[in-house]
Amino acid sequence: MRDEGSLANKVKIARKKKILKACLIYGFLILGGVTMILPFLWMISTSLKSYNSVFIFNLKDIHWLPDPVYWKNYVDVWKVVPFARFYLNSIFVCVAVTFGQVATSALAAYAFARLQFPGRDKIFFAYLATMMIPGSVTMIPVFALMRTFGWIDTYKALIIPSIFTAYGTFLLRQFFMTLPRDLEDAAKIDGCSLWGIFWRVILPLSNTALATLTIFVSLGNWVSFMWPLLVTNSIEKRTLPIGLAYFQELYQYAQPDWGLLMAGSLITMVPIIIVFLFNQRFFIEGIKLTGMKG
Amino acid sequence: MIKLKSSEKEAIAGYLFVLPNFLGFAVFTLVPVILSLVLSFVSWDMLSPPKFIGLSNFINLIGFHKESASFVANDPLFWKCLGNTLYLMMIIPLQIMASLGLALIVNNKIKGINLFKTIYFLPTITNGVAICLLWAWIYNFDFGLLNNMIIKFGNLFGIHFQGIPWLTSTAWAKPSLMIMGLWIMMGGYNMILFLAALQGVPRELYEAAQIDGAGSWDRFWSITWPMISPTTFFIAVMSVIGGFQGGFMQAYIMTGGGPDRSTTTLEYLIYNHLYSWQHVGYAAGIAWFVFVIVFLVTMFNWRFGGKLVQYSHY
Repeated sequence: MRDEGSLANKVKIARKKKILKACLIYGFLILGGVTMILPFLWMISTSLKSYNSVFIFNLKDIHWLPDPVYWKNYVDVWKVVPFARFYLNSIFVCVAVTFGQVATSALAAYAFARLQFPGRDKIFFAYLATMMIPGSVTMIPVFALMRTFGWIDTYKALIIPSIFTAYGTFLLRQFFMTLPRDLEDAAKIDGCSLWGIFWRVILPLSNTALATLTIFVSLGNWVSFMWPLLVTNSIEKRTLPIGLAYFQELYQYAQPDWGLLMAGSLITMVPIIIVFLFNQRFFIEGIKLTGMKG
Repeated sequence: MIKLKSSEKEAIAGYLFVLPNFLGFAVFTLVPVILSLVLSFVSWDMLSPPKFIGLSNFINLIGFHKESASFVANDPLFWKCLGNTLYLMMIIPLQIMASLGLALIVNNKIKGINLFKTIYFLPTITNGVAICLLWAWIYNFDFGLLNNMIIKFGNLFGIHFQGIPWLTSTAWAKPSLMIMGLWIMMGGYNMILFLAALQGVPRELYEAAQIDGAGSWDRFWSITWPMISPTTFFIAVMSVIGGFQGGFMQAYIMTGGGPDRSTTTLEYLIYNHLYSWQHVGYAAGIAWFVFVIVFLVTMFNWRFGGKLVQYSHY
């Protein structure tokens, strides 16, 4: 069946090849998807099982579908540990850090990108130079500072040191540099002050960059672990990740109530997934931006 | 009132704009960098006043002493943790390959591709502690999903498998964390970066190669691979830099750094010295050791990065 001359045959072969290729791609996609999703399904399944039924699969089969469905974990988890408190702490700290960082970064970035003042480039170089320093180098003295200030176990320690980063300033400065100057010049001629230019021209033009930074800072803060672990002692000041870790430590000497733990874990995941789904574009842009700096 | 020139006005405005950020940056980054260097030369438990001890921290850290005709490390735990950190980093090549593989298949414009992208990205946006708890449960020796699957799989062929002590044996603890790391990382940031790089390869190159009769394998190695090499190199460097500073949360949640300290990384050791044992100066010493390594990797990147990869002029 190798009639080279027949066009119809060639088209047939090409179509077959195309279908085969599509099948192969879908095959790999689904294989990858199953690998990623299976642990999460197990998480959901476990979270709907009672303490005892979590363990029974050893006798027979692996029970993917909980029978009966045990919703109570999602009620109990708020009572076993102060989950609502962890939630509020996380939201409060996250909003404060994100707002503080975006605001101060935008101000500084505007000056670095547009204004002339003595020492500007030297100061900006200092910002750049610190970006490759490992976090633990600065974390140690800042932790000591927190103790000296008496800030341990306060919101101040959770919020204030996390606000000022070179990263945010750098990211926004790079973006402001790409904005056309015409609008600013026009605003200047109209008698607009520098603050007016910043507030009415630069910021509205930078929606994407500001959204990207907002998403990145809030995501980073939402999952931040070591710093809140270091500076909080009491249960009332814990953020969600530390609260979850504490939750697990309750079971140090026994087989944990995995159903409860998984329900708690899932509850912490839901808001960030929703935020992600609605802002996927900014996530992707942000990642590409960070990749460009290299 | 003194009249200011407009350039002076602008300078004052510039300082005012920078000030809020710079104050915080100075207090929480600039000064601490210097402070931590100072701390690495002192012995301090945060209770009694710090004592200057010169290079002792570093001598203890990386020095050796003679003990009955053989050299013994002054701080074997440090070397063990350095070894653990390097061991865990051996997953990086596989991680990069997996990310590239996923990016290659996701790069096809077919129906439902966005759904898959989102699914691959899920572990990246999930709270790390939740992921670690999930995997601790999957790795559970008696009741974990993985061991049960292995046992059931063996039963199909009449073989009696014993469960693997994933997190509770020194042999398996590190590979377990690496497998989890692979699962978390492969569809995350690196896949997105690769995807962006793949989409940046000019289509004409592929079309020209197709006319020359190059198969898809040839096209990958002679076009795609060289064209995306800057991204590959960037990801590799960032992964190495991250690797030296990583591994704390996973070990803290899943193994407590054990068994027998087999999953304690340098970052974990810093935490232990700083928080658990109040050796602030020593912790600073380790942090600076990591800094030096990261610095060298970055220098290597600047010096040779341009030569190892192919930058296109499109």
